[in-house]
Amino acid sequence: MADLRIAVPRGALFAETLELLDRIGIDTAEVRANGRKLLFQEAGIVTMRPADVPTYVEAGAADLGITGRDVLLEHPDRDVHELLDLGFGRCVMVLASEAGEDRAADAMRRLGVVRIATKYPRVAAGFFNSTGRQAEIVEVKGSVELAPLTGLADAIVDLTATGTTLRENNLVVREEIAVCTARLIANPASDTLKAAEIDALLGRLDGL
Amino acid sequence: MSVHAGSGDRLPSGTRDVLPDEMRELRAMTDRIRGVFERAGYGEVHTPALEYERQPDAAAAWPMPAYRLFDEHGNVLVLRSDMTVPIARLVATRYASAPVPLRFSYVAHAYRSVAPKRGQSREFLQAGIELIGERAPRGSAEALTVLCESLLAAGLRDFRIGLGDATVYPALLASHGIGPDRAQRILTQLAAGNFVGVASELREARLGAQDEKLLLRVPRTRGGPEVLEHTGTPLREATAGLRDLYGLLAPAIAERVVFDLGLVRNLSYYTGAVFRAYDPAHGVPIGGGGQYDDLLAQFGRPLPAVGFGLAVELLHAALMGEERGRG
Repeated sequence: MADLRIAVPRGALFAETLELLDRIGIDTAEVRANGRKLLFQEAGIVTMRPADVPTYVEAGAADLGITGRDVLLEHPDRDVHELLDLGFGRCVMVLASEAGEDRAADAMRRLGVVRIATKYPRVAAGFFNSTGRQAEIVEVKGSVELAPLTGLADAIVDLTATGTTLRENNLVVREEIAVCTARLIANPASDTLKAAEIDALLGRLDGL
Repeated sequence: MSVHAGSGDRLPSGTRDVLPDEMRELRAMTDRIRGVFERAGYGEVHTPALEYERQPDAAAAWPMPAYRLFDEHGNVLVLRSDMTVPIARLVATRYASAPVPLRFSYVAHAYRSVAPKRGQSREFLQAGIELIGERAPRGSAEALTVLCESLLAAGLRDFRIGLGDATVYPALLASHGIGPDRAQRILTQLAAGNFVGVASELREARLGAQDEKLLLRVPRTRGGPEVLEHTGTPLREATAGLRDLYGLLAPAIAERVVFDLGLVRNLSYYTGAVFRAYDPAHGVPIGGGGQYDDLLAQFGRPLPAVGFGLAVELLHAALMGEERGRG
């Protein structure tokens, strides 16, 4: 059995995460072969929804985890160590609204407040607060692009990799909020108690 | 619709009732810990749960206070957020001219604005000691010894103590010409455990490649006493205090210690050794402490001091975790 348990996100970062683990000598063949199994004792891997990774790592249910910076930004109170910027899965957190005249700017100018739909309510609220603007945040669970098209919101705050989904929904980027890449995180107690094992893994990552 | 405290909520968030089964176990554990404190010469004190938010002439700030209220004269009161500040006040007022060292212990509730997670509550029971007027490294060695004996008495077998020094990294940053503003940003990132942030701040500081590597490596230095030996000259000098302290520890205590030079506790009053207690059966630290040589002066009696506090409910959870692990 492996000495470290790693939380791996099933989602946009899944394929590149497994590739990375393979390259540092962690055999992920069983994970690739099993779409439904979640716990792989032999390889020391647990798979889960991306947003759950910091939760498992904070509680010590996993020693390490791979997660997007977007998830960490949305949960700044999670007590985890952010060890490494893995570089892959590059996305940008953006403010976007319908092409043409910017409805969000219009609402801001005439009403002094803008309605924002997002899956990242804390990031969105923090961004508007930090720029001294008033925003009404509407949290949605998926398909954020629908919100400005139906009049639910003036604009969205969301993550975009290539901009394709935005373009297909006639949305344009108005402002960039943060660049997000995959991060390696650690449970603080494990980071001290399993320092040698974690440093060995960091060394293998460094050698790539 | 937002959910506020109101007709539906019976208890304020982060607080709870304790029923007899749990209470019996907690009581048995704190009794054993009290026995350790008493045998080591630490007399138990009680201080009020309510204190003034601002102490006369003292800049001491309450760490993360959760509750503020007013008395009938309009004074702002806080529910104490730790026991270190009250005992510093008590020493300066009731023991203003008593000979030192002074040894006090407590088993008391404190109140903090934490987001409730894995066993952390807004009202939590702390058991700890304060040793006033004993210099480092002897004071810290005594505190570490009592800490380990308390954890053993509580019933834990596998615990380890992370040991760092709050002055090592700031001194190293200053000696490498890092200005106070950037140093503060780096320390804030470090306290948050964000090593990616530390790395990017160091990159922006445009140091030589060697220096940047050293400053990245130091806060990642964790392990046995050997990690303090195989270091360059600047670090060997900076960690002289830690090595002196380690030399004073009995073997049974020393073998519990894991050095961690990245350990900077986020309470600003620490001035030397800092420690944190971990148990492999529990993912979050169960207690901690350190040396705070400047706090007593703020209350008018400048004395070196060191102490620790254990979160009794977390200790209880870790104990249950260990028992389950043993089967």
